[in-house]
Amino acid sequence: MAVRKSAQKSNISAEELTKYYREMLLIRRFEEKAGQLYGMGLIGGFCHLYIGQEAVVVGLEAAAEEGDKRVTSYRDHGHMLACGMDPDGVMAELTGREGGYSKGKGGSMHMFSKEKHFYGGHGIVGAQVPLGAGLAFADKYLENGRVTFTYFGDGAANQGQVYETYNMAQLWDLPVVFVIENNQYAMGTSVKRSTKSPALWKRGEAYGIAGEEVDGMNVLAVKEAGERAVAHCRAGKGPYILEVKTYRYRGHSMSDPAKYRTREEVQKMREERDPIEQIREMLLTGKHATEEDLKAIDKDIKDIVNKSAEFAKTSPEPALDELWTDIYA
Amino acid sequence: MATEILMPALSPTMEEGTLAKWLVKEGDTVSSGDILAEIETDKATMEFEAVDEGIIGKILIDEGSEGVKVNTPIAVLLEEGESYDASAVSVPAASEEAAPAGAPAAPAAAAAAAAPETAPEVDESPDYPEGTELVTQTVREALRDAMAEEMRGDQNVFVMGEEVAEYEGAYKITQGLLDEFGAKRVIDTPITEHGFAGIATGAAFGGLRPIVEFMTFNFAMQAIDHIINSAAKTLYMSGGQMGAPMVFRGPNGAAARVGAQHSQDYAAWYMQIPGLKVAMPYSAADAKGLLKSAIRDNNPVIFLENEILYGKSFEVPKLDDYTVPFGKAKIWRKGDDVTIVSFGIGMTYALDAAEKLAADGINAEVIDLRTLRPMDLPTVIKSVMKTNRLVTVEEGWPQGSVGSYIASEVMQQAFDYLDAPVITCTGKDVPMPYAANLEKHALITTDEVIEAVKQVTYR
Repeated sequence: MAVRKSAQKSNISAEELTKYYREMLLIRRFEEKAGQLYGMGLIGGFCHLYIGQEAVVVGLEAAAEEGDKRVTSYRDHGHMLACGMDPDGVMAELTGREGGYSKGKGGSMHMFSKEKHFYGGHGIVGAQVPLGAGLAFADKYLENGRVTFTYFGDGAANQGQVYETYNMAQLWDLPVVFVIENNQYAMGTSVKRSTKSPALWKRGEAYGIAGEEVDGMNVLAVKEAGERAVAHCRAGKGPYILEVKTYRYRGHSMSDPAKYRTREEVQKMREERDPIEQIREMLLTGKHATEEDLKAIDKDIKDIVNKSAEFAKTSPEPALDELWTDIYA
Repeated sequence: MATEILMPALSPTMEEGTLAKWLVKEGDTVSSGDILAEIETDKATMEFEAVDEGIIGKILIDEGSEGVKVNTPIAVLLEEGESYDASAVSVPAASEEAAPAGAPAAPAAAAAAAAPETAPEVDESPDYPEGTELVTQTVREALRDAMAEEMRGDQNVFVMGEEVAEYEGAYKITQGLLDEFGAKRVIDTPITEHGFAGIATGAAFGGLRPIVEFMTFNFAMQAIDHIINSAAKTLYMSGGQMGAPMVFRGPNGAAARVGAQHSQDYAAWYMQIPGLKVAMPYSAADAKGLLKSAIRDNNPVIFLENEILYGKSFEVPKLDDYTVPFGKAKIWRKGDDVTIVSFGIGMTYALDAAEKLAADGINAEVIDLRTLRPMDLPTVIKSVMKTNRLVTVEEGWPQGSVGSYIASEVMQQAFDYLDAPVITCTGKDVPMPYAANLEKHALITTDEVIEAVKQVTYR
């Protein structure tokens, strides 16, 4: 399948557009706040921000149904917010506090929510890919009709275990959507410096897996592609690959000076392709919302994020005896 | 309200940096994401972005300033219509709560009781009631029966691995399982250890109870990231929300004449990992009882079998549901002169040596640990308090061996009871050679165990 035209002409309700705007804005503001708290020393270690990639998770979550699962790498804050996890719990995990999703024992890269069917938060590049196929294996075994979204980056796409997984997922018709979030840089190595076959989704063809490339800066295009992928999986046809072309505005992690690309490149992407600005534009030009409406949403989001930061600062550090719990079930 | 912009920490270890260059000047309007300054850390020059929108009211630290501590105010941001007033600046909270906790709690330091007054409490209950009917079975049959019984009892138990279904197991451990349980639950995988170990771990997260057979544990090195990083650590990383109830099993250690890459004992490796349980049975009864316990366990279990033991016969209790608990050693032979501790195939040397030593009038107490994590150290220590001498036996390499861990624990917990240094008998510190004579020499031998016992008993 070729690249599809974006969904700008289809009938999208004001309500739906507003929902995506809100959800993407929440991720953006949350991540900006996380960056700020990092700068203040409240968040330690690694912290990989999702700014620029918001349309990917928001679009795919719009294609998901209750009970569907998701698993991703260490750049995971956006996925958690998009699937409905509580911003307070996510932010408090970033600060390593008792109120965090993992009681402060996981950190930025390792959060989970059984309730929201979010299975992490994995720090070894590519390891979440067989894990996601395994979740889908369980769903097929249990015959529950669920689908698993397995996210990984263009960097992980060069790991051997991804292809071991493609082979088995197709062999066993596992209901898994492989989402390659191609933000074009694996840390500091651009896709063109790591492979001579840059159409990453096409690698699935070798295993007989259907797939397509998607404009990851356009939430509506992502949602439409997600619906095609989910329908394929739910029909029992096995896995599906979505290569979602996106862009991260910030460095790989907080300590990345990002000298491998120009400031102009980043600026151009922000000005011309920003996923939130695109929807904002649609809301305003389509007269679905006024500047005032959007200001009210902005304020609302700001309040949610500030509240999460406040919670993350005031939630106590885990009790020392937490060191010794959760090692064995 | 005016807010201070603070010197940011731009890496996990940054404490101070150089404010290399301001990219804004006083009076500039900035919005979130605009680059304010370039900051040099010891590693790189980083761009520092605005978080909030506002007007740069005052630059407090000039560009070119070196050694600016993290969290020092470097500028003041004003809201529209506001003017700079040094006295009315709110400082974002970066105070005490930012400080990391103090040193982590020391492990419950049960102040090393080098001379315990009383022997530790030990569960000495028999594995099965006296008078239980016994049947003779090979380890191979016992393992198969354990899996079949557990699969009958729980629909969510399944077995996957290379050649486990149609071929009925490279070592015939899964014989008959495909016939009884069908292809949904007995699954042949492609040769892809890393991948299927990950898929099985994901399936365990998703509510199933996988048994993963590695054709040998040598091949599990391809999969060890999933065993440790995905299976063993997830319960902890998720704050107890989810873990991996599953078994990784297969032959471990040297077989015969298969060379260096197929002859390694991984007992000491896996034993080190918190979050894993590790079993290494010797007898058929223990193979059966421990494997059934492993399949029911809610944690990832490493189950180390041995190709040479597969065909060996033992008496197995004829019970509907025979299980052996983890963390309970078995005393195979009572004795007063020396304690020999082993596990898995090491037990063949330990028991053989004990038999020959008895002829010389040395009565060895022989303990089979059966599980290495949890490890039944109290049984070992209680025995050492009686015999005052300890020899450990294993086929693995000497450095960081299971025996060296036991020796250090016994030294810390029962030093005053030792009448001789502990001797750890291990395989030789070499990759496994192919030549028959060299291979024999590379492994532990009964003679070496006898020699070690004679040394610690000063005979």
